[in-house]
Amino acid sequence: MSTVSENLQPVVEDEITIEVTINGSPRSGRAEPRLLLADFLRQQLGLTGTHLGCEHGVCGACTVLIDGEPVRSCLMFAIQARGADITTVEGLDDDGELHPVQQAFHAKHGLQCGFCTPGMVLTCKALLDHNPTPSEPEIRDFLSGNICRCTGYVGIVESVKEAAAAGRGVSPAAPASTTTER
Amino acid sequence: MKPASFKYACPTSVQEAVGLLQHFGDDAKVLAGGQSLVPMMNGRLAQPDVLIDINQIAELRVLEVNGGLRIGAGVRQRTALESPDVQRVVPVIAEALRHVGHVGIRARGTVGGSIAHADPAAELPTIMLALDATMTVTGAGGQRTVPAEEFFRGVFTTAVEYDELLTGVHVAVPGPASRSAFVEVSRRRGDFALVGAAVSLELIDGAARRVRIALSGVADRPVLAHRAQEFLEGRDPHDPVVREEAGRLAAADLDPASDIHAPGSYRKKVSAVLVKRALSNAVNGE
Ligand SMILES: Cc1cc2nc3c(=O)[nH]c(=O)nc-3n(C[C@H](O)[C@H](O)[C@H](O)COP(=O)(O)OP(=O)(O)OC[C@H]3O[C@@H](n4cnc5c(N)ncnc54)[C@H](O)[C@@H]3O)c2cc1C
Ligand code: FES
Ligand code: FES
Repeated sequence: MSTVSENLQPVVEDEITIEVTINGSPRSGRAEPRLLLADFLRQQLGLTGTHLGCEHGVCGACTVLIDGEPVRSCLMFAIQARGADITTVEGLDDDGELHPVQQAFHAKHGLQCGFCTPGMVLTCKALLDHNPTPSEPEIRDFLSGNICRCTGYVGIVESVKEAAAAGRGVSPAAPASTTTER
Repeated sequence: MKPASFKYACPTSVQEAVGLLQHFGDDAKVLAGGQSLVPMMNGRLAQPDVLIDINQIAELRVLEVNGGLRIGAGVRQRTALESPDVQRVVPVIAEALRHVGHVGIRARGTVGGSIAHADPAAELPTIMLALDATMTVTGAGGQRTVPAEEFFRGVFTTAVEYDELLTGVHVAVPGPASRSAFVEVSRRRGDFALVGAAVSLELIDGAARRVRIALSGVADRPVLAHRAQEFLEGRDPHDPVVREEAGRLAAADLDPASDIHAPGSYRKKVSAVLVKRALSNAVNGE
Protein backbone atom coordinates (compact mmCIF):
# COMPACT_ATOMS: atom_id res chain seq x y z
CA MET A 1 0.00 0.00 0.00
CA SER A 2 1.16 3.53 -0.63
CA THR A 3 -0.24 6.79 0.59
CA VAL A 4 -0.96 9.68 -1.74
CA SER A 5 -0.51 12.28 0.92
CA GLU A 6 -0.90 12.48 4.66
CA ASN A 7 -4.64 13.00 4.76
CA LEU A 8 -5.67 10.76 1.88
CA GLN A 9 -6.83 7.15 2.06
CA PRO A 10 -4.22 4.55 1.26
CA VAL A 11 -4.18 3.42 -2.33
CA VAL A 12 -4.04 -0.34 -2.86
CA GLU A 13 -1.80 -1.56 -5.67
CA ASP A 14 -0.84 -5.11 -4.81
CA GLU A 15 -2.52 -8.20 -3.45
CA ILE A 16 -4.20 -7.84 -0.11
CA THR A 17 -6.14 -10.20 2.13
CA ILE A 18 -9.89 -10.04 1.67
CA GLU A 19 -12.11 -11.17 4.54
CA VAL A 20 -15.75 -11.96 3.91
CA THR A 21 -18.56 -14.03 5.38
CA ILE A 22 -19.64 -16.69 2.92
CA ASN A 23 -22.67 -18.85 3.59
CA GLY A 24 -22.41 -17.98 7.27
CA SER A 25 -18.69 -18.75 7.72
CA PRO A 26 -15.76 -16.35 7.77
CA ARG A 27 -13.48 -16.88 4.76
CA SER A 28 -10.44 -15.07 3.50
CA GLY A 29 -8.25 -15.05 0.42
CA ARG A 30 -5.78 -12.90 -1.47
CA ALA A 31 -6.77 -10.53 -4.24
CA GLU A 32 -5.22 -7.75 -6.25
CA PRO A 33 -7.63 -4.89 -6.96
CA ARG A 34 -8.59 -6.10 -10.43
CA LEU A 35 -9.77 -9.55 -9.26
CA LEU A 36 -13.51 -9.84 -9.86
CA LEU A 37 -15.60 -11.16 -6.99
CA ALA A 38 -16.69 -14.08 -9.20
CA ASP A 39 -13.07 -15.10 -9.82
CA PHE A 40 -12.25 -14.64 -6.15
CA LEU A 41 -15.05 -17.04 -5.21
CA ARG A 42 -14.12 -19.59 -7.86
CA GLN A 43 -10.32 -19.43 -7.86
CA GLN A 44 -9.30 -18.30 -4.39
CA LEU A 45 -12.04 -19.98 -2.41
CA GLY A 46 -12.83 -22.94 -4.69
CA LEU A 47 -16.54 -22.11 -4.77
CA THR A 48 -17.14 -23.02 -8.39
CA GLY A 49 -20.93 -23.11 -8.08
CA THR A 50 -20.94 -19.46 -9.14
CA HIS A 51 -20.88 -19.60 -12.93
CA LEU A 52 -19.50 -17.05 -15.38
CA GLY A 53 -21.35 -16.73 -18.64
CA CYS A 54 -20.82 -13.37 -20.26
CA GLU A 55 -18.50 -11.57 -17.83
CA HIS A 56 -20.10 -8.25 -18.65
CA GLY A 57 -23.29 -8.10 -16.68
CA VAL A 58 -25.77 -9.37 -19.22
CA CYS A 59 -26.56 -13.01 -18.37
CA GLY A 60 -26.99 -13.17 -14.58
CA ALA A 61 -25.27 -16.57 -14.26
CA CYS A 62 -22.80 -15.13 -11.75
CA THR A 63 -25.50 -13.78 -9.41
CA VAL A 64 -24.76 -14.12 -5.70
CA LEU A 65 -26.58 -12.55 -2.77
CA ILE A 66 -24.81 -9.76 -0.92
CA ASP A 67 -26.59 -8.84 2.28
CA GLY A 68 -29.61 -10.61 0.75
CA GLU A 69 -29.61 -8.64 -2.51
CA PRO A 70 -28.97 -10.33 -5.87
CA VAL A 71 -25.77 -8.90 -7.32
CA ARG A 72 -23.70 -9.79 -10.39
CA SER A 73 -20.34 -11.00 -9.08
CA CYS A 74 -18.69 -10.28 -12.45
CA LEU A 75 -19.39 -6.55 -11.98
CA MET A 76 -17.85 -6.22 -8.55
CA PHE A 77 -14.25 -6.42 -7.47
CA ALA A 78 -13.41 -8.72 -4.57
CA ILE A 79 -11.78 -5.76 -2.83
CA GLN A 80 -15.20 -4.08 -2.72
CA ALA A 81 -16.72 -7.06 -0.91
CA ARG A 82 -14.52 -6.76 2.17
CA GLY A 83 -16.71 -7.45 5.21
CA ALA A 84 -19.74 -8.40 3.11
CA ASP A 85 -22.17 -11.20 3.89
CA ILE A 86 -22.31 -13.32 0.73
CA THR A 87 -24.57 -16.24 -0.12
CA THR A 88 -23.56 -18.52 -2.98
CA VAL A 89 -25.40 -21.54 -4.31
CA GLU A 90 -23.20 -23.75 -2.11
CA GLY A 91 -24.87 -22.21 0.93
CA LEU A 92 -28.47 -23.01 0.09
CA ASP A 93 -28.84 -26.59 1.25
CA ASP A 94 -29.44 -27.55 4.84
CA ASP A 95 -27.07 -30.38 5.71
CA GLY A 96 -27.51 -32.02 2.34
CA GLU A 97 -31.23 -31.35 2.11
CA LEU A 98 -31.95 -29.10 -0.86
CA HIS A 99 -33.42 -25.65 -0.29
CA PRO A 100 -37.17 -25.46 -1.17
CA VAL A 101 -36.29 -23.39 -4.25
CA GLN A 102 -33.84 -26.06 -5.40
CA GLN A 103 -36.42 -28.79 -4.74
CA ALA A 104 -38.94 -26.86 -6.80
CA PHE A 105 -36.48 -26.52 -9.71
CA HIS A 106 -35.97 -30.28 -9.51
CA ALA A 107 -39.69 -31.05 -9.39
CA LYS A 108 -40.76 -28.63 -12.14
CA HIS A 109 -37.91 -29.06 -14.62
CA GLY A 110 -36.54 -25.59 -13.92
CA LEU A 111 -33.22 -26.60 -15.48
CA GLN A 112 -31.69 -28.54 -18.30
CA CYS A 113 -27.93 -28.01 -18.67
CA GLY A 114 -27.77 -26.25 -15.29
CA PHE A 115 -25.45 -23.45 -16.32
CA CYS A 116 -27.83 -20.61 -15.47
CA THR A 117 -29.25 -22.44 -12.46
CA PRO A 118 -27.12 -21.11 -9.58
CA GLY A 119 -27.97 -17.54 -10.59
CA MET A 120 -31.61 -18.41 -11.18
CA VAL A 121 -32.01 -20.18 -7.86
CA LEU A 122 -30.39 -17.36 -5.88
CA THR A 123 -32.42 -14.72 -7.69
CA CYS A 124 -35.60 -16.71 -6.95
CA LYS A 125 -34.62 -16.96 -3.31
CA ALA A 126 -34.16 -13.18 -3.19
CA LEU A 127 -37.57 -12.72 -4.82
CA LEU A 128 -39.37 -14.99 -2.38
CA ASP A 129 -37.58 -13.52 0.64
CA HIS A 130 -38.78 -10.12 -0.56
CA ASN A 131 -42.22 -11.13 -1.84
CA PRO A 132 -43.44 -14.60 -0.76
CA THR A 133 -46.49 -14.51 -3.06
CA PRO A 134 -45.34 -13.11 -6.41
CA SER A 135 -47.68 -13.01 -9.40
CA GLU A 136 -46.46 -14.43 -12.70
CA PRO A 137 -45.66 -10.96 -14.13
CA GLU A 138 -43.72 -10.19 -10.94
CA ILE A 139 -41.77 -13.45 -11.29
CA ARG A 140 -40.96 -12.72 -14.93
CA ASP A 141 -39.92 -9.14 -14.15
CA PHE A 142 -37.66 -10.19 -11.26
CA LEU A 143 -36.01 -12.90 -13.36
CA SER A 144 -35.67 -10.73 -16.48
CA GLY A 145 -31.96 -10.23 -15.82
CA ASN A 146 -31.18 -13.96 -15.83
CA ILE A 147 -30.79 -15.60 -19.21
CA CYS A 148 -31.43 -19.30 -19.81
CA ARG A 149 -30.59 -20.80 -23.20
CA CYS A 150 -32.26 -24.17 -22.53
CA THR A 151 -35.60 -24.18 -20.80
CA GLY A 152 -37.62 -21.46 -22.51
CA TYR A 153 -38.35 -20.22 -18.98
CA VAL A 154 -41.70 -21.99 -18.61
CA GLY A 155 -40.27 -24.58 -16.24
CA ILE A 156 -38.42 -21.90 -14.32
CA VAL A 157 -41.53 -19.81 -13.78
CA GLU A 158 -43.40 -22.97 -12.69
CA SER A 159 -40.56 -23.72 -10.26
CA VAL A 160 -40.84 -20.33 -8.63
CA LYS A 161 -44.60 -20.75 -8.26
CA GLU A 162 -44.02 -24.19 -6.75
CA ALA A 163 -41.42 -22.83 -4.32
CA ALA A 164 -43.74 -19.97 -3.35
CA ALA A 165 -46.56 -22.42 -2.72
CA ALA A 166 -44.27 -24.71 -0.73
CA GLY A 167 -43.27 -21.72 1.35
CA ARG A 168 -46.93 -21.19 2.18
CA GLY A 169 -47.27 -24.85 3.09
CA VAL A 170 -49.71 -25.34 0.24
CA SER A 171 -49.56 -27.92 -2.50
CA PRO A 172 -49.55 -25.98 -5.78
CA ALA A 173 -52.22 -28.36 -7.09
CA ALA A 174 -54.58 -26.92 -4.51
CA PRO A 175 -54.88 -23.14 -4.86
CA ALA A 176 -54.32 -21.18 -1.68
CA SER A 177 -57.96 -20.08 -1.59
CA THR A 178 -59.21 -23.63 -0.98
CA THR A 179 -57.21 -24.20 2.18
CA THR A 180 -58.94 -23.65 5.47
CA GLU A 181 -57.59 -20.96 7.69
CA ARG A 182 -56.86 -21.60 11.31
CA MET B 1 -12.63 -10.71 -20.35
CA LYS B 2 -10.61 -9.62 -17.34
CA PRO B 3 -9.84 -6.02 -16.43
CA ALA B 4 -6.34 -4.61 -16.69
CA SER B 5 -4.48 -3.81 -13.47
CA PHE B 6 -5.33 -0.65 -11.60
CA LYS B 7 -4.72 1.01 -8.29
CA TYR B 8 -7.69 1.21 -5.96
CA ALA B 9 -8.69 3.92 -3.51
CA CYS B 10 -11.75 3.94 -1.32
CA PRO B 11 -12.35 7.40 0.17
CA THR B 12 -15.02 7.93 2.81
CA SER B 13 -15.82 11.59 2.13
CA VAL B 14 -16.50 13.75 -0.90
CA GLN B 15 -13.55 15.92 0.06
CA GLU B 16 -11.17 12.96 0.03
CA ALA B 17 -12.58 11.73 -3.27
CA VAL B 18 -12.11 15.13 -4.87
CA GLY B 19 -8.56 15.28 -3.47
CA LEU B 20 -7.79 11.94 -5.08
CA LEU B 21 -9.30 13.07 -8.40
CA GLN B 22 -7.14 16.18 -8.29
CA HIS B 23 -4.06 14.15 -7.51
CA PHE B 24 -4.48 11.48 -10.19
CA GLY B 25 -6.11 13.68 -12.81
CA ASP B 26 -7.08 12.03 -16.05
CA ASP B 27 -5.64 8.65 -15.03
CA ALA B 28 -8.40 8.07 -12.48
CA LYS B 29 -12.01 7.02 -12.86
CA VAL B 30 -14.81 7.12 -10.35
CA LEU B 31 -16.31 3.72 -9.54
CA ALA B 32 -19.94 3.94 -8.41
CA GLY B 33 -22.25 0.93 -8.92
CA GLY B 34 -19.90 -0.43 -11.55
CA GLN B 35 -22.80 -1.60 -13.73
CA SER B 36 -21.54 0.35 -16.76
CA LEU B 37 -17.87 0.87 -15.92
CA VAL B 38 -16.95 -2.70 -14.97
CA PRO B 39 -18.39 -4.26 -18.18
CA MET B 40 -16.22 -1.77 -20.11
CA MET B 41 -13.19 -2.64 -17.97
CA ASN B 42 -13.78 -6.39 -18.37
CA GLY B 43 -13.77 -5.92 -22.14
CA ARG B 44 -10.80 -3.51 -21.81
CA LEU B 45 -12.75 -0.72 -23.45
CA ALA B 46 -11.77 1.20 -20.33
CA GLN B 47 -8.37 0.79 -18.65
CA PRO B 48 -8.14 3.39 -15.92
CA ASP B 49 -4.89 3.48 -13.93
CA VAL B 50 -6.72 4.31 -10.73
CA LEU B 51 -10.24 3.58 -9.53
CA ILE B 52 -11.76 5.83 -6.92
CA ASP B 53 -14.52 3.79 -5.32
CA ILE B 54 -17.22 6.12 -3.95
CA ASN B 55 -19.36 3.36 -2.41
CA GLN B 56 -18.16 4.08 1.12
CA ILE B 57 -19.09 7.77 1.06
CA ALA B 58 -22.16 7.99 3.31
CA GLU B 59 -22.88 11.63 2.45
CA LEU B 60 -23.57 10.63 -1.16
CA ARG B 61 -26.35 8.27 -0.09
CA VAL B 62 -28.76 10.89 1.26
CA LEU B 63 -32.25 11.03 -0.23
CA GLU B 64 -34.37 13.81 1.23
CA VAL B 65 -37.35 16.04 0.61
CA ASN B 66 -36.47 19.52 1.74
CA GLY B 67 -37.77 22.29 -0.48
CA GLY B 68 -37.43 19.79 -3.32
CA LEU B 69 -36.36 16.21 -3.80
CA ARG B 70 -32.62 15.73 -3.46
CA ILE B 71 -31.10 12.40 -4.43
CA GLY B 72 -27.45 11.88 -3.53
CA ALA B 73 -25.35 10.54 -6.41
CA GLY B 74 -24.57 7.34 -4.50
CA VAL B 75 -28.18 6.35 -3.86
CA ARG B 76 -28.79 2.93 -5.43
CA GLN B 77 -31.33 2.81 -8.23
CA ARG B 78 -33.30 0.20 -6.30
CA THR B 79 -33.35 2.35 -3.15
CA ALA B 80 -34.65 5.32 -5.14
CA LEU B 81 -37.25 3.15 -6.88
CA GLU B 82 -38.57 1.83 -3.58
CA SER B 83 -38.29 5.12 -1.70
CA PRO B 84 -41.65 6.28 -0.30
CA ASP B 85 -40.42 9.88 -0.74
CA VAL B 86 -39.77 9.39 -4.44
CA GLN B 87 -43.07 7.55 -4.93
CA ARG B 88 -45.01 10.25 -3.07
CA VAL B 89 -43.30 13.41 -4.28
CA VAL B 90 -42.09 12.65 -7.83
CA PRO B 91 -43.55 9.24 -8.74
CA VAL B 92 -42.57 9.64 -12.39
CA ILE B 93 -38.93 9.10 -11.35
CA ALA B 94 -39.94 5.68 -10.01
CA GLU B 95 -41.84 5.06 -13.26
CA ALA B 96 -38.62 5.69 -15.19
CA LEU B 97 -36.45 3.68 -12.77
CA ARG B 98 -38.63 0.61 -13.25
CA HIS B 99 -37.25 0.43 -16.81
CA VAL B 100 -33.59 0.63 -15.77
CA GLY B 101 -31.99 -2.78 -16.27
CA HIS B 102 -33.01 -5.54 -13.89
CA VAL B 103 -33.24 -6.09 -10.15
CA GLY B 104 -29.59 -7.16 -9.88
CA ILE B 105 -28.43 -4.12 -11.85
CA ARG B 106 -30.50 -1.67 -9.79
CA ALA B 107 -29.27 -3.25 -6.54
CA ARG B 108 -25.78 -1.89 -7.31
CA GLY B 109 -26.27 0.79 -9.96
CA THR B 110 -26.55 4.33 -8.63
CA VAL B 111 -28.69 7.29 -9.62
CA GLY B 112 -25.58 9.45 -10.01
CA GLY B 113 -23.74 6.79 -12.01
CA SER B 114 -26.48 6.62 -14.59
CA ILE B 115 -26.62 10.40 -14.92
CA ALA B 116 -22.81 10.76 -15.05
CA HIS B 117 -22.51 7.92 -17.55
CA ALA B 118 -24.96 9.75 -19.87
CA ASP B 119 -25.91 6.92 -22.18
CA PRO B 120 -28.18 8.58 -24.80
CA ALA B 121 -30.75 5.81 -24.31
CA ALA B 122 -30.75 5.87 -20.50
CA GLU B 123 -33.94 6.62 -18.58
CA LEU B 124 -32.65 8.79 -15.74
CA PRO B 125 -30.99 11.52 -17.82
CA THR B 126 -34.20 11.77 -19.87
CA ILE B 127 -36.55 12.07 -16.92
CA MET B 128 -34.18 14.57 -15.26
CA LEU B 129 -34.25 16.69 -18.41
CA ALA B 130 -38.06 16.61 -18.53
CA LEU B 131 -38.24 17.58 -14.84
CA ASP B 132 -35.76 20.43 -15.33
CA ALA B 133 -33.55 18.92 -12.63
CA THR B 134 -30.36 20.52 -11.36
CA MET B 135 -27.15 18.54 -10.91
CA THR B 136 -24.71 19.34 -8.16
CA VAL B 137 -21.08 18.93 -9.13
CA THR B 138 -18.25 19.17 -6.61
CA GLY B 139 -14.61 19.90 -7.33
CA ALA B 140 -11.61 21.23 -5.46
CA GLY B 141 -13.00 24.75 -5.77
CA GLY B 142 -16.32 23.80 -4.18
CA GLN B 143 -19.79 23.09 -5.49
CA ARG B 144 -21.55 24.28 -8.61
CA THR B 145 -24.98 23.50 -9.99
CA VAL B 146 -25.74 22.70 -13.61
CA PRO B 147 -29.24 22.54 -15.12
CA ALA B 148 -30.01 19.32 -17.00
CA GLU B 149 -30.12 21.16 -20.35
CA GLU B 150 -26.46 22.14 -19.97
CA PHE B 151 -25.37 18.96 -18.22
CA PHE B 152 -25.63 16.41 -21.04
CA ARG B 153 -23.07 17.23 -23.73
CA GLY B 154 -22.98 14.15 -25.97
CA VAL B 155 -22.55 10.38 -25.92
CA PHE B 156 -21.15 9.49 -22.47
CA THR B 157 -20.20 13.16 -22.05
CA THR B 158 -21.38 15.59 -19.37
CA ALA B 159 -20.44 18.87 -17.75
CA VAL B 160 -18.55 16.97 -15.00
CA GLU B 161 -14.81 17.64 -15.40
CA TYR B 162 -12.30 14.83 -14.85
CA ASP B 163 -11.40 16.15 -11.40
CA GLU B 164 -14.99 16.66 -10.27
CA LEU B 165 -17.65 14.45 -8.75
CA LEU B 166 -21.36 14.51 -9.47
CA THR B 167 -22.69 14.67 -5.92
CA GLY B 168 -26.45 14.88 -6.33
CA VAL B 169 -29.52 15.80 -8.31
CA HIS B 170 -32.27 18.18 -7.23
CA VAL B 171 -35.85 18.21 -8.51
CA ALA B 172 -38.46 20.81 -7.55
CA VAL B 173 -41.55 19.43 -5.81
CA PRO B 174 -44.29 19.37 -8.46
CA GLY B 175 -47.41 21.38 -7.60
CA PRO B 176 -50.96 19.97 -7.55
CA ALA B 177 -51.49 20.97 -11.20
CA SER B 178 -48.47 18.97 -12.35
CA ARG B 179 -48.85 15.97 -14.61
CA SER B 180 -46.07 13.70 -15.84
CA ALA B 181 -45.38 10.36 -17.43
CA PHE B 182 -42.55 8.20 -18.72
CA VAL B 183 -42.90 5.58 -21.46
CA GLU B 184 -40.46 3.64 -23.61
CA VAL B 185 -40.11 0.92 -26.19
CA SER B 186 -37.36 -1.65 -25.75
CA ARG B 187 -36.61 -4.99 -27.39
CA ARG B 188 -36.91 -6.91 -24.12
CA ARG B 189 -37.74 -6.09 -20.52
CA GLY B 190 -34.77 -4.35 -18.91
CA ASP B 191 -32.95 -3.55 -22.14
CA PHE B 192 -31.90 -0.03 -22.90
CA ALA B 193 -34.79 1.71 -24.64
CA LEU B 194 -34.90 2.08 -28.41
CA VAL B 195 -36.77 5.31 -27.67
CA GLY B 196 -38.09 6.75 -24.42
CA ALA B 197 -40.34 9.75 -23.82
CA ALA B 198 -40.78 11.76 -20.64
CA VAL B 199 -43.43 14.44 -20.28
CA SER B 200 -43.98 17.00 -17.56
CA LEU B 201 -46.56 19.80 -17.64
CA GLU B 202 -49.03 21.78 -15.58
CA LEU B 203 -52.71 21.55 -16.30
CA ILE B 204 -54.45 24.85 -15.61
CA ASP B 205 -58.15 25.18 -16.52
CA GLY B 206 -57.74 22.37 -19.03
CA ALA B 207 -54.77 24.01 -20.75
CA ALA B 208 -51.18 22.78 -20.71
CA ARG B 209 -48.52 25.10 -19.30
CA ARG B 210 -44.79 24.80 -18.77
CA VAL B 211 -44.64 21.74 -21.00
CA ARG B 212 -41.41 19.79 -21.16
CA ILE B 213 -41.00 16.75 -23.39
CA ALA B 214 -37.71 14.86 -23.36
CA LEU B 215 -36.77 11.99 -25.66
CA SER B 216 -34.06 9.35 -25.29
CA GLY B 217 -32.42 7.18 -27.92
CA VAL B 218 -32.89 9.64 -30.78
CA ALA B 219 -29.72 11.75 -30.59
CA ASP B 220 -26.30 11.81 -28.91
CA ARG B 221 -27.98 12.93 -25.68
CA PRO B 222 -31.52 13.28 -24.31
CA VAL B 223 -33.26 16.10 -26.17
CA LEU B 224 -36.22 18.40 -25.61
CA ALA B 225 -38.96 18.49 -28.25
CA HIS B 226 -39.09 22.29 -28.48
CA ARG B 227 -41.65 22.64 -31.27
CA ALA B 228 -44.08 20.20 -29.64
CA GLN B 229 -43.68 21.98 -26.31
CA GLU B 230 -44.49 25.37 -27.83
CA PHE B 231 -47.45 23.96 -29.72
CA LEU B 232 -48.94 22.44 -26.57
CA GLU B 233 -48.60 25.60 -24.51
CA GLY B 234 -52.17 26.75 -23.76
CA ARG B 235 -53.79 23.86 -25.63
CA ASP B 236 -55.85 21.03 -24.15
CA PRO B 237 -53.83 17.78 -24.04
CA HIS B 238 -57.03 15.80 -23.38
CA ASP B 239 -57.83 16.36 -27.05
CA PRO B 240 -56.45 13.43 -29.11
CA VAL B 241 -56.00 15.72 -32.12
CA VAL B 242 -53.76 17.99 -30.05
CA ARG B 243 -51.73 15.01 -28.85
CA GLU B 244 -51.42 13.68 -32.39
CA GLU B 245 -50.02 16.99 -33.62
CA ALA B 246 -47.65 17.23 -30.65
CA GLY B 247 -46.30 13.77 -31.48
CA ARG B 248 -45.86 14.70 -35.11
CA LEU B 249 -44.00 17.91 -34.23
CA ALA B 250 -41.79 16.11 -31.70
CA ALA B 251 -40.64 13.60 -34.29
CA ALA B 252 -40.42 16.04 -37.21
CA ASP B 253 -37.06 17.55 -36.26
CA LEU B 254 -35.40 14.28 -35.28
CA ASP B 255 -32.82 12.46 -37.33
CA PRO B 256 -32.00 9.39 -35.21
CA ALA B 257 -29.10 7.14 -36.17
CA SER B 258 -29.63 3.53 -37.22
CA ASP B 259 -27.93 0.73 -35.34
CA ILE B 260 -28.13 -3.02 -34.88
CA HIS B 261 -31.25 -2.63 -32.73
CA ALA B 262 -33.43 -0.46 -35.00
CA PRO B 263 -33.24 1.79 -38.05
CA GLY B 264 -33.42 5.54 -37.50
CA SER B 265 -36.67 5.75 -39.44
CA TYR B 266 -38.30 3.37 -36.97
CA ARG B 267 -37.03 5.36 -34.00
CA LYS B 268 -38.46 8.51 -35.54
CA LYS B 269 -41.88 6.91 -35.99
CA VAL B 270 -41.86 5.50 -32.49
CA SER B 271 -40.97 8.92 -31.07
CA ALA B 272 -44.26 10.37 -32.32
CA VAL B 273 -46.21 7.46 -30.86
CA LEU B 274 -44.45 7.64 -27.51
CA VAL B 275 -44.97 11.39 -27.13
CA LYS B 276 -48.70 10.88 -27.77
CA ARG B 277 -48.79 8.00 -25.32
CA ALA B 278 -46.86 9.88 -22.62
CA LEU B 279 -49.17 12.88 -22.96
CA SER B 280 -52.19 10.63 -22.72
CA ASN B 281 -50.83 8.84 -19.64
CA ALA B 282 -49.92 12.16 -18.03
CA VAL B 283 -53.38 13.72 -18.35
CA ASN B 284 -55.67 10.67 -18.35
CA GLY B 285 -53.78 8.46 -15.95
CA GLU B 286 -52.81 4.99 -17.09
C1 LIG C 1 -27.41 -5.84 -18.23
C2 LIG C 1 -27.49 -4.37 -17.99
C3 LIG C 1 -28.65 -3.69 -18.35
C4 LIG C 1 -28.73 -2.31 -18.14
N1 LIG C 1 -29.88 -1.67 -18.54
C5 LIG C 1 -29.98 -0.34 -18.38
C6 LIG C 1 -31.14 0.36 -18.80
O1 LIG C 1 -32.10 -0.23 -19.32
N2 LIG C 1 -31.18 1.70 -18.62
C7 LIG C 1 -30.15 2.38 -18.05
O2 LIG C 1 -30.24 3.59 -17.90
N3 LIG C 1 -29.05 1.74 -17.61
C8 LIG C 1 -28.93 0.40 -17.78
N4 LIG C 1 -27.79 -0.21 -17.35
C9 LIG C 1 -26.70 0.60 -16.77
C10 LIG C 1 -26.92 0.84 -15.30
O3 LIG C 1 -28.06 1.66 -15.08
C11 LIG C 1 -25.71 1.51 -14.63
O4 LIG C 1 -25.91 1.31 -13.27
C12 LIG C 1 -25.53 2.98 -14.87
O5 LIG C 1 -25.45 3.29 -16.24
C13 LIG C 1 -24.22 3.48 -14.27
O6 LIG C 1 -24.35 3.62 -12.90
P1 LIG C 1 -23.30 2.98 -11.90
O7 LIG C 1 -23.62 3.50 -10.56
O8 LIG C 1 -23.33 1.51 -12.08
O9 LIG C 1 -21.95 3.65 -12.39
P2 LIG C 1 -20.53 3.09 -12.82
O10 LIG C 1 -20.67 1.98 -13.78
O11 LIG C 1 -19.73 2.86 -11.60
O12 LIG C 1 -19.96 4.38 -13.56
C14 LIG C 1 -20.40 4.77 -14.85
C15 LIG C 1 -19.59 5.98 -15.31
O13 LIG C 1 -19.97 7.15 -14.59
C16 LIG C 1 -18.88 7.67 -13.84
N5 LIG C 1 -19.44 8.07 -12.54
C17 LIG C 1 -20.24 7.30 -11.75
N6 LIG C 1 -20.64 7.99 -10.67
C18 LIG C 1 -20.09 9.23 -10.78
C19 LIG C 1 -20.14 10.40 -9.97
N7 LIG C 1 -20.86 10.43 -8.85
N8 LIG C 1 -19.45 11.49 -10.37
C20 LIG C 1 -18.73 11.46 -11.53
N9 LIG C 1 -18.65 10.39 -12.33
C21 LIG C 1 -19.31 9.27 -11.96
C22 LIG C 1 -17.86 6.57 -13.78
O14 LIG C 1 -16.55 7.08 -13.67
C23 LIG C 1 -18.09 5.85 -15.09
O15 LIG C 1 -17.43 6.53 -16.14
C24 LIG C 1 -27.67 -1.60 -17.54
C25 LIG C 1 -26.51 -2.28 -17.15
C26 LIG C 1 -26.41 -3.65 -17.39
C27 LIG C 1 -25.16 -4.37 -16.98
S1 FES D 1 -21.26 -13.59 -16.01
FE1 FES D 1 -21.94 -11.99 -14.75
S2 FES D 1 -23.74 -11.37 -15.71
FE2 FES D 1 -22.96 -12.84 -17.13
S1 FES E 1 -30.60 -24.65 -18.01
FE1 FES E 1 -29.14 -24.40 -19.60
S2 FES E 1 -28.93 -22.23 -19.59
FE2 FES E 1 -30.59 -22.48 -18.27
